[in-house]
Amino acid sequence: MDTFLHQVLSGLATGGIYASIALALVMIYQATHHMNFAQGELAMFSTYIAWTLIDAGMPYWLAFVATLILSFIAGVLIERIIVRPIENSPVLTVVTVFVGLLFILNSMAGFIYGYTIKSFPSPFPSDAWYGSSYMSPHEVGMIVVTLAMLALVYLFFRFTPLGLAMRAAAQNPISSRLVGIRVGWMLALGWGLAGTIGAVAGMMAAPIVYLDPTMMDGVLLYGFAAALLGGINNPWGAATGGFLVGVLENLAGAYVVGTEIKLSVALVIIVGVLLLRPSGLFGRALVTRV
Amino acid sequence: MTDNPTLRWAGLAVLAVGLVVLPFLLSSYHVFQATMVIDYAIVLLGLNILVGFNGQISLGHGAFYAIGAYTTAILVSQTDIPYWATIPIAGAVCLGAGYVFGLPALRLEGLYLALATFALAVATPQLLKYRLLEGWTGGVQGITLVKPDPPLHLPINADQWLYFLCLVIAVPLYVIGWNLLRARTGRALVAIRDHPTAAAAMGINTAFYKTSTFGISAMFTGIGGALGAIVTQYVAPDSFPIFLSLFFMVGIVVGGVASIAGAVFGAIFIEFVPNVASEISDAAPWAIYGVFLIGCMYVMPRGVAGLIRTLAERARQPQAETKQAKTLSPRGERAG
Repeated sequence: MDTFLHQVLSGLATGGIYASIALALVMIYQATHHMNFAQGELAMFSTYIAWTLIDAGMPYWLAFVATLILSFIAGVLIERIIVRPIENSPVLTVVTVFVGLLFILNSMAGFIYGYTIKSFPSPFPSDAWYGSSYMSPHEVGMIVVTLAMLALVYLFFRFTPLGLAMRAAAQNPISSRLVGIRVGWMLALGWGLAGTIGAVAGMMAAPIVYLDPTMMDGVLLYGFAAALLGGINNPWGAATGGFLVGVLENLAGAYVVGTEIKLSVALVIIVGVLLLRPSGLFGRALVTRV
Repeated sequence: MTDNPTLRWAGLAVLAVGLVVLPFLLSSYHVFQATMVIDYAIVLLGLNILVGFNGQISLGHGAFYAIGAYTTAILVSQTDIPYWATIPIAGAVCLGAGYVFGLPALRLEGLYLALATFALAVATPQLLKYRLLEGWTGGVQGITLVKPDPPLHLPINADQWLYFLCLVIAVPLYVIGWNLLRARTGRALVAIRDHPTAAAAMGINTAFYKTSTFGISAMFTGIGGALGAIVTQYVAPDSFPIFLSLFFMVGIVVGGVASIAGAVFGAIFIEFVPNVASEISDAAPWAIYGVFLIGCMYVMPRGVAGLIRTLAERARQPQAETKQAKTLSPRGERAG
């Protein structure tokens, strides 16, 4: 029972990372119906930026905030420069460009930082002040950071005029344009936000998976699984899906398939959801929201 | 390329002679590279039939390449079947695997299929390392094969023999591919790609064609994988990362989507560009792939094959072209 509880809790912690990546994917999908295959590499690159800043002597949380800002700018720039020209192209073109982006980010990270694995610091204290051995402090911290981020994103979209404008632009671009919303820029902001959310996921994942140019490959796959499981057009569903996938992955790894082939859990979830319920668990009910 | 049958046959004859003479003019290493170009050309033709002609996007063909390679490696190391006989078996296994994966793929449109195949490719190395299969697959270590000797005491060395083996297999596969695509089947595939509903309304059995195409495409890729295993004499899980699948994607996009000749250009590109680029830096080949992928989409969406075709048409009929341009577009704005 103890092991079981432990697996569930640590699954929730990694689930937070998947939830963030899933949220970033949904953010882009909703606005443009593009699936961002480079999301994992974007997050990886952001994490390298954070590593550079921390390595240069910047305190962790300052580096954290600086990375979020830089990632936001990078997301906006990528949308403006690379994605915008192919906005309405056929699927093959879009997928190809994202794969190209994946190649470029991956090799740039390899070129600048090398392919050796680096360790990344955790900002949380190393001893468990809450006196429980079920979760490590980093895992607790990860869940807190993820939930805080989800809350902020929710508040932003629900209560600010800009959030409303972004939702409107995603839902009905033509009418939005008629009431004076600059739809193109809203999409760019969506990319910026996706970059920021991905950066959080990368920085939270890095102390566990370590820092190297391929660190997010597996995470991205679970992020896809989470987004599909929760519903690709429902951000909150996708976040829930992230936590679910985290737990499922851990339990399957511990009791069913063994840890070496955990990635096939993601494959099974992706194919299974697409076949049995393409709208995901929460997709249909909230299909008109955000 | 040309409408004149005599010229076309002459061109083919020159090409054939060139391909036969080539391995005698090159060093062993270059023969190996040429062999890999032929190998990739088979894979890319298979992928192009699926992605280019039928419009089903696969980012996971590395998985079928791995299945083909492992089928050959396991059969050669565990049984007495001669290596050349394992190639059709690998093709058949991949035909089956592709057909089976094609069944769920029927329900997945564009983006979602890309996603599912991407997941397949990411999961492949882990599945190959799986503990329970270790007896066959050799786990992380993989399987090492022996380099086959040329048969019948032919006066060629082992590298040249592998080159001819690949060539002898590639030529009929290209003939099959070409016949398949220029006839009724090919038109059905293109119709399904361009408008599935209209294709179904015209009586095309879309489900049958789509799954069969997936199977055939996987078969080409699997044969490529089997040959790859024989040529490199080594298979291991980490030889088939997600990047292998994306690498094939680069090949068809740069070579030319929906073009048979494009598969050959793509194969040349993915074999030689890394060699040239890695002299600059280890990371450079991938960066160049990325730049080419995005660049192709912006400036030459039909790849090298499309570019050559456009140039050839312009060179042949400069006057007809301008006349046509005038009648088509009164403002004289012809995209080119």
